[in-house]
This record gives sequence, C-alpha cells and structure tokens, in this order.
Amino acid sequence: MTLKKQDVENIAHLARLAINQADIPSYVQNLSDILALVEQMGAIDTEGVTPMAHPLDAVQRLRPDIVSESNQRDYFQQIAPQTEAGLYLVPKVIE
Amino acid sequence: MKWEVVIGLEIHAQLATKSKIFSGASTAYGAEANTQACAVDLGLPGVLPVLNAEAVRMAAKFGLAIGANVARRSIFARKNYFYPDLPKGYQISQYELPIVEKGQIEIGLEDGVTKLIGITRAHLEEDAGKSLHEDFHGLTGIDLNRAGTPLLEIVSEPDMRSAQEAVAYMKKIHSLVRYLDICDGNMQEGSFRCDANVSIRPQGQQRLGTRAELKNINSFRFVERAINVEIERQIDVIEAGGEVRQETRLYDANKNETRTMRAKEEANDYRYFPDPDLLPVVLDEKYLDEVRATLPELPDQKQHRFEDEFNLSAYDASVLTASLETADYFEQVVKLTNEPKLSANWIMGDLLGALNKNDLGIEQSPVSADRLGGMIKRIADKTISGKIAKAVFDAMWQGDATADAIIASKGLQQITDSGAIEKMIDDIIANNPQQVAQYKSGKDKVFGFFVGQVMKQSKGKANPQQVNELLKHKLK
Amino acid sequence: MHNKTLVELAKGLESGEFSSEEVTQHYLDRIERSADSLNCYITVTPELAIQQAQAADQRRANGEAGRLTGVPIAHKDIFCTKNIKTSCGSKMLDNFVSPYDASVVVNCKQSQLVTLGKTNMDEFAMGSSNETSYYGSVKNPWNVERVPGGSSGGSAAAVAARLAPAATGTDTGGSIRQPAALCGITGLKPTYGRVSRYGMIAFASSLDQAGPMTRTAEDAALLLNVMSGFDEKDSTSVDSPVPDYTASLHHSIKGLKIGLPKEYFDGGLNQGVASVIDDAIKHYQSMGAELVEISLPNTKTAVSTYYVVAPAECSSNLSRFDGVRFGHRCESPKDLEDFYKRSRGEGFGPEVKRRILIGAYVLSAGYYDAYYLKSQKLRRLISDDFKQAFQDVDVIMGPTSPTTAFKFGERMEDPVSMYLSDAYTIATNLAGLPGISIPAGFVDGLPVGLQIIGNYFKEAQLLNVSHQYQRETDWHRKAPVMDIL
Repeated sequence: MTLKKQDVENIAHLARLAINQADIPSYVQNLSDILALVEQMGAIDTEGVTPMAHPLDAVQRLRPDIVSESNQRDYFQQIAPQTEAGLYLVPKVIE
Repeated sequence: MKWEVVIGLEIHAQLATKSKIFSGASTAYGAEANTQACAVDLGLPGVLPVLNAEAVRMAAKFGLAIGANVARRSIFARKNYFYPDLPKGYQISQYELPIVEKGQIEIGLEDGVTKLIGITRAHLEEDAGKSLHEDFHGLTGIDLNRAGTPLLEIVSEPDMRSAQEAVAYMKKIHSLVRYLDICDGNMQEGSFRCDANVSIRPQGQQRLGTRAELKNINSFRFVERAINVEIERQIDVIEAGGEVRQETRLYDANKNETRTMRAKEEANDYRYFPDPDLLPVVLDEKYLDEVRATLPELPDQKQHRFEDEFNLSAYDASVLTASLETADYFEQVVKLTNEPKLSANWIMGDLLGALNKNDLGIEQSPVSADRLGGMIKRIADKTISGKIAKAVFDAMWQGDATADAIIASKGLQQITDSGAIEKMIDDIIANNPQQVAQYKSGKDKVFGFFVGQVMKQSKGKANPQQVNELLKHKLK
Repeated sequence: MHNKTLVELAKGLESGEFSSEEVTQHYLDRIERSADSLNCYITVTPELAIQQAQAADQRRANGEAGRLTGVPIAHKDIFCTKNIKTSCGSKMLDNFVSPYDASVVVNCKQSQLVTLGKTNMDEFAMGSSNETSYYGSVKNPWNVERVPGGSSGGSAAAVAARLAPAATGTDTGGSIRQPAALCGITGLKPTYGRVSRYGMIAFASSLDQAGPMTRTAEDAALLLNVMSGFDEKDSTSVDSPVPDYTASLHHSIKGLKIGLPKEYFDGGLNQGVASVIDDAIKHYQSMGAELVEISLPNTKTAVSTYYVVAPAECSSNLSRFDGVRFGHRCESPKDLEDFYKRSRGEGFGPEVKRRILIGAYVLSAGYYDAYYLKSQKLRRLISDDFKQAFQDVDVIMGPTSPTTAFKFGERMEDPVSMYLSDAYTIATNLAGLPGISIPAGFVDGLPVGLQIIGNYFKEAQLLNVSHQYQRETDWHRKAPVMDIL
C-alpha cells in the first residue's frame, strides 16, 4: 500500500497530530515503506487461525468492590498545565 | 402517505457499585470536582485497569433477568477518540463479545395489550467525566469524578413503533434495574440516560429508513417529546421532497426541537481493538448459578403474585408493581392492614394522585407506608368512614401526625353507638313531619334527605351503614 | 569498587567492608566525573540516593538488611518514580514529575535498593539505537561513535561503563536484549506477566516487559528476585510464586538440549557475529549440551507482525498525552482541535509520530482485518512455532542482534532498516517468552550478545544456562576502556 499525502493528513487528523507541511513527504515515504514491510504478512496463509491478543492464555482477575483511593486532587493537579477551582481547563468545548 | 415509526433505544445505566469499574476511587455522586479521580481515572502514564467484580456480577444479573445469553467469555475493547473528558483518549468498552446478548422484555401498552421488545446486547463500559461550560475566561472546565463509573449500555432492537412504546420500554428497564438493585435509576443525576435511534418508513415497507440518533435524553417526559418532534421533523423533511440524513441530533427541551450535533461524515472512526491491558472475562456455570440464586422477584412475577395472593385485578397489580418502591410500599401497607383491595385503592387513588400533582416519587412520599396503613386500619375497623379518611389523609400529608393522633385530636371517630344515632334520628323525624309524610307516600328519594340530616348533625361521623339501617327501621 | 558485581557489592556490604553510603557516593562521583559524557542519565538523584543509602546502612546496623540492602541501581526513565521527573525520553514528559511509584520501583525500595537516577532511552521506548531520545543519543562506551542500542540504551551503557552496577530496563521488541548485546552486558526479558507493568509507561501493552540489566547472570538473578512478582494492580500480572532465581544457578547443564533455529543464522546475519555465536554454541557443546537444529518457519514475519501490533497498541496508549492533565501543552491554542494537534505534535518526536500514524492507520475502518486481525493470527502462528520447538528442546540459542553496534545516523533515515535490528528479538515478545542476552565475544572491538530463549516462566533455567557459561568465560568481565574515567 502506497500512501498519498491526503492519507497521511487524514490519519494525522485522526491521531490529533500536527505535522509540518514540509515534513509530509518524508512521512509519506516512511509510512509507505513501513506498510510495505508490514504487508509481508500477506505471504502467510492464516485461514482458520484464531487471533491471539495476549501472549498468555489467562483470564481476567476481578477486584473486590472496595473504595481504596482517597482524594489527592491538589497533589495530582500540581503537574497539571492549567486548573481552576479544582477543574482542568481546556479550550472551549463546543457541543 | 401512512408512515411507520421505527425506534431503538440505547440506555446507559450507571451500575451502583461503591468503587469505579477499573479503579478503587469512589463513585459517590456530588463530590467536589476531581476529588474522586484517582491516578487510574486520570489516565496518568503507566496506570492500569483492574476490573470490579461487582460490576460484572450486576451485568450478569441483568442478563439473567431478561433471559439473555450471559457470555461465558467476553472481551473489553478500546474505543478511541479524543475528548477532554475522556482522560485516556479511549473509552474501555465492549465491542465484539459483550457480556450480555439476545434478551427480551415485555412491555404493557394501553388496553392491557403487551409487546415483546428485543434486547440486542448489554455491555459493560466506563463513563466519561463532565465538561463544565460555565465561563472560565472562555475555557471549559473538566471534572473527572464521573470518569470510570461503571455503565451498562443496554441496546434494544428497533422494535418500538411509537414514542409511547419507547417510554414504556424505558420505564420497564428502569423498573427492572431498580428491582435488581444494580442502578439507583436517578435520572436527574444522570444515573439512567438514553439515546434514541429514530427513523420512519412508508407503512408496509420492509427496509428501514435512515435514522437519526437523539443523544442523552434524561427524563421519560423528554424521551416522548423528543421522539415525537423528531418524527414530525422527519415526516416534514420527506414530504417536502427531502431526505433524512444519518446524523446525531440533540434534543433541546426549552425549544422542544432537535438539532444537528454531528453529521455521519464527521463521525469518528473509533478504531476499536481488544484492550491489551485486560484479559477475557470468563464466567462459568457455577458463577452464573450463584448469580441466578440472588435474583429477586422480578416485576412480572410480582404482578402475577399480587393478582393471586391479594386478589387484585391485572391492571391494579401492574400499576402497583411498576416500580419496586410502589410495590414495597403496597406490601408494607397490606402487612399492617391485611386489607389488599382497600390499600390498593388508596395507594393508586389518593396517594399516587397527590404524589403526581407534587411531582414526587413514592420514596419521597410525605405519608409513609406505616402512616397510611394506620389510617386504612381505622377505615377497616370503622373508626372513620372513607369520607372522613380523606380529611385524615390531607392532614397526614400536611404534617407528620399519625392517623390515630389526627382522629383523636380532631374528634373524628365515627359514631357507632346506636343509641346516639337513634336519638338523632328521632329528633330529625320529629322535626320534619312533611318529609316523613312524603317518604311514607312512596317518595323513596326523600330517604337521602334523612341520611344527609343525620350526617350533618353528626358532623359526618355517624357510621353510614348504621344510619341507613336505623333510618329504614324508624321510617317503616 | 565500580568493577564489583552486585554479588560482590552485597558481600562487601554484609561484611562491613564498605557502607552503602560509600558505594553510592563512589558511583555518584563517577557519574559526576564523567560529566555523563555518554549521556546515560536523564536525571541523577544524588540527594535521594545518599538519603536512601544512609537509611539502608541504618537498616543493616539494626540487623534488618536483606540480600541487596544498600546496593545502588539506576532505573530506566520509563518507570514512574514518585516526586522525580519521569520523562520517558520525550519532550512530552519533560515537565512530568510522577505523583506515584511504579510497582517495580516500589519493589526495589522495599528491598532497600538505592536509586542513582533515571537512565536515557529512546522516546517512549520506540527505537533500537537511543537516537530518538529528546535528551540526545547515548554513546556506546565501547566506541563513542556508535549507538548503544535501544531502547534501554542508557541503562545498558551505564552498566557497561560502570556508571551503575545494575539497572532496570524494559523490552517490547528487544529493548533490553539488543542494547545489552551491543554494550556487552547481561540483559533478561522475563516471561510476559512475570514483572508488573504498573507504573511502567506503556508502549505496547501486550508486549512490554521489564527486566534486569546487569554485568552477570548471577546479578540478573538477584535483581529479578526483587523486580518480579504478582501485582494486583496489573491485570496481566501472573499470580504464581516467584522462585529464588539464584537457587538453580549452579545446576549442571549436561544433557541440555539447545535448539538452533535455522532462520536465525540466515543471510541477514553479519559474518563476524555469526562466528562468535558459533564459538559460544560450541562451548556449550563442550560443556555437555546437545545441539538440535530446529525451524521457526513463521519467524520471518515477526518483524512485519510486530510493526502492526506494537504501533496499534502504542497509537492508543499514547492518546492520553494530550496536555490536559499533565505533560506538554502548546502555547495559545486557537481552539480545541488546535490544542490537541499542536500539544501532541510538539511533544512527540518523529519516530513516535510515525508509529502513532501507522497504528491509527492499521486500526482504522476498512483496514482492521487486513492488518490488525491478520497480525493477531500470525502472532498465534509465531507463538505456536515456539511451542512446537519446546517439545524437543530446553532452550533456543542464536544471535541477539544481526550486527554489532552501528554508527550514529546510519539507520535513522530509513526506519525499516532500523526495525530489522530487532529481527531476532521480536518473536519472543510476540510469544511472551523469556529471553536473555549475554556477552559472547567481540567483533572489531565491539561486543556480541548470545541470545538464549526459554520456555514460559523458565527464567531460572535461562539464568542457570547463562551462569554456567559465565563461569567458564570472561566476556562478561571485560570493561570498555574509557579515558575520561
């Protein structure tokens, strides 16, 4: 699969990544190369193979329903870029 | 053209766990912003989710209650999108293998007709936080207390054909999750919310029309209104030669209209894939048997029991079992009075009427089951008449005295002393010879006059049955 | 002092030959004297280290010392360390002071290890040369014009250069083993689930695994004892008892069946490296091991498969870096979309962006089945190959890396050539198997690593097999000559 400029721009939007216009050609090239590498997968027949999402065949452990965490808001918000009245602030969300 | 309406609902019920679905933070409502958002809820680098056993148990309980398949193996997936109230940039949800699949529920319609509504699936997921749009210098504030609260998303088949059916279905699910004690059902607090997929098609057409999704409707009343205005809008669009677009719309309760929120082409590509931080949830027969054993009596079962045990009509039993709170209230009153029919009448009549008028739920009733039961006992033992009881009920509604205290302080006890009643009757007969003559000449209607006089003289307290008997005897 | 192994340091501390404070100070002095010209550390924590060392000495005086009490180590900067900057090699987290400790860090604290600082790494562990770090490349102590490998390049170089007696690392596709090989040290990637991932900043969750980077296998056994164990905070952590990994180090390996996958000795392998590996394998034969030629036919698609699985998971894992709650935030965004795009665009370097883009692409509507689902099926086949092989052999051996340390810039323009650096290490991550790289010789003065892959939870056996080799060879004792020190 060879990607086009528009493809890269679309994925970059999906992934919310700003990419300089000047860098786009090299992304187009690199990503196309990587996809070419990835497409070597096609050489192997995987008909009927069960997909494997986890390396170990384990099952989910369940946690008892206990409140174990206490308020650490002020501590956690020390590393926040912008807060006010205990809220994280972001540019206006329009619904 | 005759149009057929097709509606499917997606209901989000917050599960009533103490802690969040993937963290040990509290789910209590109403805390100060971000004080219940722990490292996991904030999506700090390196944190990992661990699944809450109780959320799984509640979902399984729901599945068993609607006769669905509870998956022996279900998978959590990530739904990827960016939104400031979604801390990780993905929501942990279930996609390909949900915990509950293929159930159904019966709804009651007018004139006693019932209808089965299919439930496609119900899956576990985490709730997002809240965006607060009050003005912070033109910015939005983010509160993540709700982030990570467990949700059960219940997806119906497109089986409903009117807004009324949709409301009946939503009420039935609401009642069920309350019965199961898996959701507090509080719609003001957002514990129970609903999206509606609405489309129309010409009567008789098989193919579904293009649907619009109405987002986040948070009351029964609004569901009905929102669907109805959306149906009208779609009919208008098509009849004007236009086409309904597949899109997400928002219902504006103030203007009573729906408006575009997101067109399909702007729809997110959510890039679902199995969450590698969580393993398959495996439930065995033993587990499901244990959950099954904890199922309470469900609404339909309770209705049938009420019909049999208390000799109530199907209609009365269905009204009394529509909510767990009403059913519990009724049973409490009956336990005190042993008068099912009388109790049912009072609850369905005066009590529910007053509650509706004041927009209160039965759990907020100023008159407790114990107090109402106390009053009904006095009707049953003839201390007061039904008519006097209305005054007692009003007094109970206004204050917090018991029926007995009100009866005593206002002297409302029925007069059942025959001697006293006879004395009154004798006086009335003596003072109204003209009416006596009319009655004796065959004018039966005049009998009512005598009853009225006795009640007036006794200030309504004379036992009406006794008055009748004694009058008939004296006027012979 | 700095040539002592963990075992020797522990012995000296126990006998009172020196205190933890002395050892710690010695290492801090070395780091300072070197002015960290190799760029191994992103953060050095001298005050904390001395404080911890003094506390450890006190514990020892109270008779409460454990096996490694007071021994200093370094942590890869991917592990969250409470109140200490945790950058993950990225501008995105240049301002991130973690409010909590990773479980691995907690375990080390509980065993009273001393933290010297946080080591440099490829940005978000994405790289095989340490050149993607926001903090600049780490230099290979054997030849400063060459890369140390990656992504745990800072840890590998620090241990090799005697700027830390041992360090923690993480391995998603070879990030412990490949830099260990290129820097001439011992690096173990345990079985997936053996060491908790809680607090380890995720790259690819189903592949990431932390492990020890040390000079010897014996040291790795000691550090693995501390690092591993069940953690209820990690759903993928395995709840099975952790053996004492030092207990079986001395077992004989006579009769050990070594599988040699023919695919690991094919065209891509450098001739010099091949001959070093041959010698090492012959040495094992001389020690009584039996060689069995095996085949891992699907291993040739491991790199392709990995470059779907890892980017897919990373594209999602890195979505949380959005400038809302922590990390880099762009200046004066014009709206929410601009805010997201620029905060992330500025915070991430080009390699991270490439992987996020590839990951978003392979998961997107219409491509999921062809890429993501296909990779999951291949993952099964690759894993089944190993299962099959372990029916006949005890361990699998081969080179860790197809070449020795390469020059800076050599592979940066062509990501695919860089990705092939991990051709021999990636398959074990896909299968979740443990693997170790141990020093086996040199080519042109550059170290070569022998990779030994074990069956699930056979870390003790890998360490035993490695230790037996290290008893008879001294490759692991070689130290780079550094005029600055």
